Amino acid sequence: MTSLVVEGLHVSYGATEALAGIDIRVDSGKTVCLIGANGAGKTTTMRAVSGLLRPRAGTIRLDGADIFGMRANRVAALGLLQVPEGRQIFAELSVADNLALGAWLVRDDAEIARRRDQVLARFPRLRERLNQLAGSMSGGEQQMLALGRALMGAPKLLLLDEPSMGLAPLFVEEIFSILADLRREGTTILLVEQNASAALEIADYAYVLETGRITMQGPASEIANDPAVIAAYLGG
Amino acid sequence: MLSQQLVNGVLLGATYALFALGFTLMFGVLRVINLTYGFYFSAGAFIALFATRQWGFSIWLALPLAAIGSGLIAVLLDWLLLTRLRAKGAPELASLMVTLGAVLALYSAMTLLFGPDIRRLPPDVIGADALVFAGIRVTQAQFLVVGTTAVLVLALVALMRGTRLGVGIRAMAERPDAAELMGIDTARLAALVSFLSGFLAGAGGVLIGLNFNAIQPYMGEQMMLRGFVVIIVGGLGDLRGALIAGLLLGVIEVLTAGYLDSGLKEAVAFAILVAVLWTRPSGLFGQAVLRRA
Ligand SMILES: Nc1ncnc2c1ncn2[C@@H]1O[C@H](COP(=O)(O)OP(=O)(O)OP(=O)(O)O)[C@@H](O)[C@H]1O
Ligand SMILES: [Mg+2]
Repeated sequence: MTSLVVEGLHVSYGATEALAGIDIRVDSGKTVCLIGANGAGKTTTMRAVSGLLRPRAGTIRLDGADIFGMRANRVAALGLLQVPEGRQIFAELSVADNLALGAWLVRDDAEIARRRDQVLARFPRLRERLNQLAGSMSGGEQQMLALGRALMGAPKLLLLDEPSMGLAPLFVEEIFSILADLRREGTTILLVEQNASAALEIADYAYVLETGRITMQGPASEIANDPAVIAAYLGG
Repeated sequence: MLSQQLVNGVLLGATYALFALGFTLMFGVLRVINLTYGFYFSAGAFIALFATRQWGFSIWLALPLAAIGSGLIAVLLDWLLLTRLRAKGAPELASLMVTLGAVLALYSAMTLLFGPDIRRLPPDVIGADALVFAGIRVTQAQFLVVGTTAVLVLALVALMRGTRLGVGIRAMAERPDAAELMGIDTARLAALVSFLSGFLAGAGGVLIGLNFNAIQPYMGEQMMLRGFVVIIVGGLGDLRGALIAGLLLGVIEVLTAGYLDSGLKEAVAFAILVAVLWTRPSGLFGQAVLRRA
């Protein structure tokens, strides 16, 4: 059962090439992580897959359907939901409104309420802050909101771009424990992280991205033990 | 005397507010200074003129027709002029130049078609008798102005604050990309926002035409100056600010004309603009309410 298949993906910003033809595959029910240094092209990969960027060439398939060049709102309607880098919550709206927006495409109020209860059960801190402006919460709480907002859309494939970025260690731990829960429940996840050790710990499979090219891939446990990876990304 | 002038000022300010609301809505959500906005105002007035003169419509039909027509023109112009620029992520100056060129062309085309003369709505389009209350005269036209403004403002606030669609529009105003990731069709919402802003401008054009009984192609251009004052003083993208600043400007203009000199109206308006920008660069109320709840 395949979920996401990316082949020969090229993305350029003007004349500079950010992705020089990468292949990535995320099988249904698996957690796959993409690690790489600053500027390697991780965010570019995420934005190209979710439709926020128009790639120059390649193929992108979601459950067999061609989504190359499709606009992001239509990709989202197919169940591919991205938690963008830097959280991108709607700071000037309430927490409740942010969650409601995550279920924008759902018309059934009862279903929306059911999902909201699930999300609030997973993130109890959000319940106390439902009427608060999202922008007034701490960074960690905002990241939980961003994750909860995506879960309101019941993702078939969840794209997470550095969910632990800039968070205090306690929050990082909490975020990764939630990701581990999601994985256990069978959510299909493509995770981008600079915190490579934590990412490799929860992932099934891993890719290493270096300046727009995949330079290494394999089961996460093997990648985690690779001397080159340890030297470059695991502070070894 | 003073109370009559205050009433007149509020009535005038109501149309300024209506005009500025559409302008600030467009700017706040679409984040583009679209100078064709003033043209929708002229277009609304001319549609009402034709609807009443040529087709014999009553003002009750002409007003919504003009508003809808202006809204559609706004959608069309936004699509023609700005879609490409948005897709390419062009700098703000580009949209400023493109819409400036376009609006000048539109006004000249309109002048060529309809002539530069001042035209009037049919005299019987609305009753001439006025209500006198405690010595203050309010004409039926003025009632229509306040009534329409009040209804449209309340409807806009209800839409933005109380509906799912409004929350989507506010989300898009803050972060278009994130909104798109929620599955929001931002292109469609942008068209809706263009329509709403054109609708408000068009309604404003009819009401001014009715109140002053003077319609000519460049009327939107004169309105744009005030529109800028109001949306900057009120805070860009701030609906409540635009409403309050619009009413204030109307009152100030009427008082200036009544107690100083009617030639000073504009000078006073711009002096206020400069003073506000010096002291409070983000507007009288300090923040954009449309985006910051
Ligand atoms: N909008 C843009 N315009 C031009 N170049 C860009 C743009 N966005 C990214 N780039 C360039 O593309 C390359 C890849 O950037 P990208 O943001 O995908 O990296 P990243 O792996 O996500 O990095 P980080 O870990 O810092 O988030 C970088 O060289 C970056 O400078
Ligand atoms: Mg990045």
